[in-house]
Amino acid sequence: MTKAECHKLVLDIISDIAPDEDLSNVKPDVRLRDQLQLDSMDFLDIVMELRKRHGIEVPEADYMKLANLDSCAEYLIPKFAAQGK
Amino acid sequence: MNTRSHYDVAIIGAGMSGLAAGIRLAHFGRRVCVFERHNAPGGLNGFYSIAGRKFDVGLHAMTNFVRPGVKGTPLGKLLRQLRIDRDEFALCEQKQSRIAFGPRGETALCFTNDFAVLESEVAAKFPAQIDGFRRLVAAVKACDDVALDATPVSARSEVRRYVTDPLLEAMLFAPLMYYGSAQEHDMEFGQFAIMFKALFLEGFARPFDGVRVVLRVLLEKYRQAGGERRMKCGVRQIVAEQGRASRLVLDDGGEITTDHVISSIGSVETERLLGDGARLLPTAVTPGRLSYVETITILDRAPAALGWGDDTIVFFNDSERFAYERPAEQVDLRSGVICLPNNFAFDGGRQLPEGIFRCTCLANYDGWAHLPEETYRADKLRWYDAIQGSARRFMPPMAAPEELARATVATDMFTPRTITRFTGHLQGAIYGAPTKIRDGRTALSNLYLCGTDQGFLGIVGAMLSGISMANFHILQKSAGGPA
Repeated sequence: MTKAECHKLVLDIISDIAPDEDLSNVKPDVRLRDQLQLDSMDFLDIVMELRKRHGIEVPEADYMKLANLDSCAEYLIPKFAAQGK
Repeated sequence: MNTRSHYDVAIIGAGMSGLAAGIRLAHFGRRVCVFERHNAPGGLNGFYSIAGRKFDVGLHAMTNFVRPGVKGTPLGKLLRQLRIDRDEFALCEQKQSRIAFGPRGETALCFTNDFAVLESEVAAKFPAQIDGFRRLVAAVKACDDVALDATPVSARSEVRRYVTDPLLEAMLFAPLMYYGSAQEHDMEFGQFAIMFKALFLEGFARPFDGVRVVLRVLLEKYRQAGGERRMKCGVRQIVAEQGRASRLVLDDGGEITTDHVISSIGSVETERLLGDGARLLPTAVTPGRLSYVETITILDRAPAALGWGDDTIVFFNDSERFAYERPAEQVDLRSGVICLPNNFAFDGGRQLPEGIFRCTCLANYDGWAHLPEETYRADKLRWYDAIQGSARRFMPPMAAPEELARATVATDMFTPRTITRFTGHLQGAIYGAPTKIRDGRTALSNLYLCGTDQGFLGIVGAMLSGISMANFHILQKSAGGPA
């Protein structure tokens, strides 16, 4: 999985959780919370959708690693690789 | 026919909160079943048909309305959490509402979904109070009202720090109490803040076809997510073993086992299912004392055609003091709420096919509950006229007063007895018990409350209650998240 593919995968989840957010200009190196109106309920849903759709477990201690798109990619790509993706 | 014998989660009651909890849980893969004693979903926010006409049970207006693009409010949260597109509810905004106090409503505050209207009304009618009112609004906005562990504070004492005119205080409390207080005389300040935001800072709206639009959307989401429901199949007993709810005995005699139980039917009502005098909570739970009657009058024309103007909701009280308490008589005619569902701004100028005039007053459950059928019917007729007469004092007079009777094509009325019969809420207490269990926890480690007695009220509140309890007790724990 490439970084761009991982960004898209996360944005796809966010667009389903928060369809009222404009995701066309999300900067990959800026905290998602600083560009979008996402609260703790929304972040919990990102974690749960990752598990539901992709079988990826994100323990609570790692929630910070989902802060922005780049950190998401850095954290998730090895997890997908471990699944052979 | 659903005949599974074990579920991850069993939900008692197919009202707004139970269905919302069910959608969350089913969406994230839990095997979940909703058990509903009645043959129709909706609970306190259902609908029924008489002679081909559909009547909403609870809905005057959906509170918490905000326009598209306004984020971080309860409506936006629930749409996101349930993956509902706001177009699916197709909400239409109120035109204007009014709080009318005095024998003929001489002192009135109008409000709309634009908060500036209420603010300017307060400034005009209570000029000495406007600064205090603005500080009250700031305090309401700063209140973390959805905290699950907030310390209860009296709203009366908190509001009096800002508003010193008893008439303005009563006028602000009346709508908030009528639309969601289970407590007589006072409210908890967090509850006051929730309601103040829901009614005044946010606003009123409704789908063209009323509450059934909301229910249809919820049922469809729940079904798509794989949730099961059993209708006309309530829960007769919750069997507790080793501090856990281990089994449910159903009305049909069947039994199921479950990992978690979420009960939306109320705290006292849930405690009764435990049997043998078992306690649901460390402290005794008591049913609410507040109940209502409502008259519904179907008209052959829109209420505006009777000269009644554009008001959507009118909260009235005929004196300066406002008594929010169980009346000594069967009905308290001094105050009430008038709802004219025709006066929402429906898209494209659509009009409801008939005129509707609803009127709600406080009522005494005991005065209605045990009457012989004949007396009950006679009392309904008598009070119907009295309630309508009381409410008309606060509407513009008609050129010919008998015009209302001429325009009437059908009537209905529900009483505290009807409420208990169809919703199972003891004492006809629509808003449940006066003590709310914000975190939903009970003496049994896997039994949680949602809905009315968890304490987020109104249609939007009810759905958020189900969502929060499903998240907090079940989804977050298994996600390893903060619990």
